[in-house]
Amino acid sequence: MAKDAKPRVKVPKSAAAGEVVTIKALISHNMESGQRKDKDGNIIPRSIINRFTCDLNGANVVDVTLEPAISTNPYFEFDAKVDAAGEFKFTWYDDDGSVYEDTKPIAIA
Amino acid sequence: MHSRTTRNLAAAAALGLALAGSAGANPVDETLEVTTDDGTITLTTTAPAPDHLKDAFDTIYSGWHYRDTETRNMERDDFDNPGMVFVDIAREKWDAAIGKNGESCAGCHDGPESMAGLRAVTPRVDATTGKLMIMEDYINTCVTERMGLEAWGTTSKDMKNMLALIALQSRGEIVNVAIDGPAAEYWAKGKEIYYTRYGQLEMSCASCHQDNAGNYIRADHLSQGQISGFPVYRLKDAGLVSAQQRFVGCVRDTRAETFKAGSDEFKALELYVASRGNGLAIEGVGVRH
Repeated sequence: MAKDAKPRVKVPKSAAAGEVVTIKALISHNMESGQRKDKDGNIIPRSIINRFTCDLNGANVVDVTLEPAISTNPYFEFDAKVDAAGEFKFTWYDDDGSVYEDTKPIAIA
Repeated sequence: MHSRTTRNLAAAAALGLALAGSAGANPVDETLEVTTDDGTITLTTTAPAPDHLKDAFDTIYSGWHYRDTETRNMERDDFDNPGMVFVDIAREKWDAAIGKNGESCAGCHDGPESMAGLRAVTPRVDATTGKLMIMEDYINTCVTERMGLEAWGTTSKDMKNMLALIALQSRGEIVNVAIDGPAAEYWAKGKEIYYTRYGQLEMSCASCHQDNAGNYIRADHLSQGQISGFPVYRLKDAGLVSAQQRFVGCVRDTRAETFKAGSDEFKALELYVASRGNGLAIEGVGVRH
């Protein structure tokens, strides 16, 4: 597991049925590009988050492929239409095989 | 001469209008309201200058007023503030049994809330040791004496994350560091350093942050050099920067051999610089360029 990888997610506590809500998701991660060299001239191996997904009650909302040019602590902001109460599930996939998850409930007001 | 106009508070409102279409060099006339998990709070980012600073400024401004709109907005929402990630990391550290015999911060201090108010009165002369202590010293005292670990580096990630967590507990509290009594000699030493010209460029802290506050040095908008927002998330570094680290950066920029972060000189300087901000609110984790 990459050092200090930690997700943060912001989802409204409730929404009207059919409302489109804005979701913010960030993860602290170095996003080492694989292009840099260390002091001895050796290439520092690539270590990035390569995929991010968000699901609402099992239905996919976004599925993003990340590339090495994306900077440290990648941040996503996107909209989702909420038809029923349930749970958002966020998943980040690391190059090193680690998977970071977070969930947030949403109620219908 | 732009900075002089800001010394007249009455003119400040009119000035804000005048600056709308220009490359404004003065602190913006805005209020810092921060959206937190517990509602919105308003932070005091301008205040009358403390008595010892009356000769230099009428009004003191947080560095927040000197940054771009986008940067200012990031600090207005705890989610948009990238520094909060590091607060979360420190919160886990706080609860973790990291000590030699399984000690944790929480074991002695309960929640980090117990640190409320501390950031607003440090650096201070510690009552038991009689020495000037910056927050890093307090943390390292716990780390070495109570937890039996190697001291954390003054500017290490662990240290800066913990600084951020502790500072956040005092968010909104007004800086009020003591400059009299046992602190007086340290304060005087810090003041001397502040006005001493260092490096090949022969610049003192005051050259930029007092004489030219509000002006530009190349593309950089010079603030009054207040540290009430520290530690800050610095966009340029994509990470936290502590006041001690910033001092190193500033003195290095004068092309000088700098004092070390955590040295007696920079501790005294931190006390003096903090005292120039007596009256401003602690911002927890600021966001700067």
